[in-house]
Amino acid sequence: MRIPCPFCGDRDASEFVYRGDASPARPSSPDAFFDYVYLRDNLAGPMREHWYHAQGCRNWLVVERDTVSHEIFGASLARSCAP
Amino acid sequence: MTYSLFTLAREALRGHSGWRPAWRDAAPKPDYDVLIVGGGGHGLASAYYLAKEHGITNVAVLEKSYIGSGNAGRNTTIIRSNYLLPGNERFYEKSMQLWEGLEQDLNYNAMVSQRGVLNLFHSDAQRDQYARRGNAMRLHGVDAELLDAAAVRAMYPFLDDANARFPIRGGLLQRRGGTARHDAVVWGYARGADVRGVDIVQNCEVLGIDVANGRVTGVQTSRGPIRAQKIGLVCAGNSSRVAAMAGLRLPIESHVLQAFVSEGIKPLIDGVITFGVGHFYVSQSDKGGLVFGGDIDGYNSYAQRGSLPVVEDVMEGGMALMPMIGRLRVLRQWGGVMDMSMDGSPIIDRTPVEGLYLNAGWCYGGFKATPASGWCFAHLLATDTPHATATAYRLDRFASGRLLDEKGQGAQANLH
Repeated sequence: MRIPCPFCGDRDASEFVYRGDASPARPSSPDAFFDYVYLRDNLAGPMREHWYHAQGCRNWLVVERDTVSHEIFGASLARSCAP
Repeated sequence: MTYSLFTLAREALRGHSGWRPAWRDAAPKPDYDVLIVGGGGHGLASAYYLAKEHGITNVAVLEKSYIGSGNAGRNTTIIRSNYLLPGNERFYEKSMQLWEGLEQDLNYNAMVSQRGVLNLFHSDAQRDQYARRGNAMRLHGVDAELLDAAAVRAMYPFLDDANARFPIRGGLLQRRGGTARHDAVVWGYARGADVRGVDIVQNCEVLGIDVANGRVTGVQTSRGPIRAQKIGLVCAGNSSRVAAMAGLRLPIESHVLQAFVSEGIKPLIDGVITFGVGHFYVSQSDKGGLVFGGDIDGYNSYAQRGSLPVVEDVMEGGMALMPMIGRLRVLRQWGGVMDMSMDGSPIIDRTPVEGLYLNAGWCYGGFKATPASGWCFAHLLATDTPHATATAYRLDRFASGRLLDEKGQGAQANLH
């Protein structure tokens, strides 16, 4: 898989560290932490995920990728995405 | 039909014309006491023990493809019970004991071979860690031996024990561990369940789970609706998708794990060896191929195929451990979808939906657990109480904080 890093261009996925589903947002109430830490939608199909370009620009990215076909639709800097 | 030396001799004399299919390819009935969703090893074992141990025979196993087409047919066939945590060790030892009597119980040759599982260690700190695990095993009455470097060299002289960066200091050996024939396990359980009246329904995909007033009433399938009192989900990598049909979200992510087999060679490795630095483990099949694997690819996937960086990583692990396999050609490579739980341990429990039961989260260690998983899930389905060896595998342990984090990686599925 090649990830289109907005800063570095198309780079091999092995340069990146995977963090998982980008949709869970850190909650303000402690009661919601169980859901945030442990539960996942675990989608089969297009999914927005966090990837960290550890061996590149060291930016956190949000990558949209299909978990069934591994097709990658695009990537943007995580800081520019709404949480 | 009972398989025996006598039936073999009889069939040999009449041109093998009397063999019959080992199980019926059943059509679904409209109503069952218990439905098992998922016709892999765990699902079929659950149905078998439901019928045999609990006398519940109005049972169907629903499989969307053919039985054993998922991870039961995609693993590296290793069986062992060398765990550290008490919640795990008692369960996997139950599984090992069931493996030891499996073929007599099923009257089916599952090729269970207790050829020994050797975990290599490469530093003083790792030796201490493995010694601790070995001691924990022995406190549970399970066999474990700590070998020094000379003993490992005597067992496997071809290992690169002079590797300057990662010298082999010794290993933790469980002699009762070994391998079993994965397909035969599936077929043996299917046959045993079928003969006791269980319907094995193939090419029957569950498309929806019917819930009324907080209680399951049945499923919608590609072969029509089926009503049931109780439904057990044993869907491995697709657990989240099936559970979502009943409105549940699980502490599980699906990841792909690859495995490999080489061309057949003469007998070389008579046990199972695991590398303690890179992620690499290897055994030799009875056909002669080296069967080996490594780590998961590390990103969510339902693809049943992996990517090349992990192939390279596994091959590097193999070359570091036993450089002489460099001339060997890889014959096949495949991927399976792992139900990676958030603490690396499985779940065998009820769910918040009445009558719906979950057996999932096996990560990449499900094959060895097949007998005990079926045994404990059948016990749960029949009695509504967890089996004594599976009390730690609660679904609510993530909320209560009673995690079973064998690897100590925290709540990140792709690190387990």
